[in-house]
Amino acid sequence: MIRTEHLIEIAYLIATGLFVLSLKWLSSPATARRGVWAGEVGMLLAVVGTLFHHGIVSYRWIAIALVLGTAIGVPLGRVAMTAVPQRTALSHAFGALCVTLVGSSEFYLRAPDVPPFMMGVLSLEVILGALTFTGSLMAAGKLQEVLPQRPITYKGQNLVNLGMLAVAIAIAVILVMHPEKTYLFPAMIIIPLIFGVMMIIPIGGADMPTVISLLNSYAGLSAAAMGFVLESKLLIIAGALDGASGFILSVNMSKAMNRSFTNVLFGAFGQEQVTAAAGKEARPVRSASPEEAAGILAAASKVVIVPGYGMAVAQAQHKVRELYDALTKRGVEVKFGIHPVAGRMPGHMNVLLAEADIPYDKLLEMEDINGDFPQTDVALIIGANDVTNPAAREDTSSPIYGMPILDVDKARTVMVIKRGMGAGFAGIENPLYYMDKTLMLFGDAKNFVGSIVRELTGGHG
Amino acid sequence: MKLDLLTSLYVFMLAAFIGFEVIRRVSPLLHTPLMSLTNALDGIAVVGAIILAGEEKSKLAIVLGTIAIVAATSNIVGGFLITDRMLKMFKASGPRKP
Repeated sequence: MIRTEHLIEIAYLIATGLFVLSLKWLSSPATARRGVWAGEVGMLLAVVGTLFHHGIVSYRWIAIALVLGTAIGVPLGRVAMTAVPQRTALSHAFGALCVTLVGSSEFYLRAPDVPPFMMGVLSLEVILGALTFTGSLMAAGKLQEVLPQRPITYKGQNLVNLGMLAVAIAIAVILVMHPEKTYLFPAMIIIPLIFGVMMIIPIGGADMPTVISLLNSYAGLSAAAMGFVLESKLLIIAGALDGASGFILSVNMSKAMNRSFTNVLFGAFGQEQVTAAAGKEARPVRSASPEEAAGILAAASKVVIVPGYGMAVAQAQHKVRELYDALTKRGVEVKFGIHPVAGRMPGHMNVLLAEADIPYDKLLEMEDINGDFPQTDVALIIGANDVTNPAAREDTSSPIYGMPILDVDKARTVMVIKRGMGAGFAGIENPLYYMDKTLMLFGDAKNFVGSIVRELTGGHG
Repeated sequence: MKLDLLTSLYVFMLAAFIGFEVIRRVSPLLHTPLMSLTNALDGIAVVGAIILAGEEKSKLAIVLGTIAIVAATSNIVGGFLITDRMLKMFKASGPRKP
């Protein structure tokens, strides 16, 4: 005889399979939407199955919460594409909040009879959950620019942070041995909550791709820990998948910046550059007008556009699409070179350019485009800086030495759209701007690209 | 269905390996949708919260469970919505024009 519990387990089993397939189908744009569909069906099965759980005595709160959650979720699913990084950070915070709250109430329901192993994973769950919650809120605040984006550092910062983490772990150890000391539990939540804030304070905008990925990984791991506590295979697997995904992305991002995790978390980028920026002298640069730029672009046969965070800030992606169209119409081959850490989260530039209707096969990753630059007539840089800095390749004293870059300096002509000569985020000089083949196009990215497009289409029609 | 510790660890380890292998193959082109999709899948934590809020074992469990459902549901709904919106935008080059 088949009982409800068995049916629920079968629903969970199918959901687990669908989750794995969902990620598998995401491997290529052609099957990716099927992946979302698989995820949705899996989720629906799991949630409906859970509603039949024998222990549930009342549905009133569940119903209210599901409706409220949907009401919050829909607008969060409809934000502008430029706001995706902060939306992602916010959803890491929500995920972590859920895990922390469930962990906390599990503790109070079970205490003082919590076996040591259970207490251990429960501690891991709430510590990771709590620090991810506030850390992600801070990251979202910085990305939304309601909080200052520059890194805030002070003497002994790392010592304070590590000290806090150590105290939280010490409390966890005491609770594992003496779960009856329930008065310690709130401290194990509050300290990681503060740690989460302190952890993000010293992190600047350019490090956000790594930090968001790392928080993603933490959120996943805390969910997996929750699976251990609730003895749910479905949760363990979903958490492990999310944790693995965040981990892979963090490793990618760190590699793309030639830095280690610890360096991102404990070595606020702002500090190191003080010396680098000090010896700066005014060197001559060549600048050009939109008419001149349009003339050079029209005469080119191969153009590579390198977008960066500046394009996102200026919301210039649609003008870039017009430029792409105008040049393609004239028979110019246009490709895009995307650095892994361009923007504020992994894949940020791809989404913005796809939104502007630029075909994804024109968006090339760093390794695939770098070989093309020597045969490229014009490399047009829009709002990117450090990822094009040849000092990363040549100058061993540069703070970004060793970071893989887009070799734009190998193109015949380099054009850089930039607001002014002020140093970039990290305050690092970019020797690219002083090369003889470089033309600086000073102005707002959106307006400047718009002017170039007008020149190109006006001259043609 | 109860799980012992060792079985849980096996499940976790195997899932992590599958995760690495599957996600390594995701094109960097789609890393942003990947993150929003895994966010949505992570909302599966809602199952724990639903049981907590539905069992009504204590006032605290109801309050925390209810908030947890709201948080997780907003992730599920928002995550799937935005992932699908993003993926819809990725088009290969071809003759069609908007």
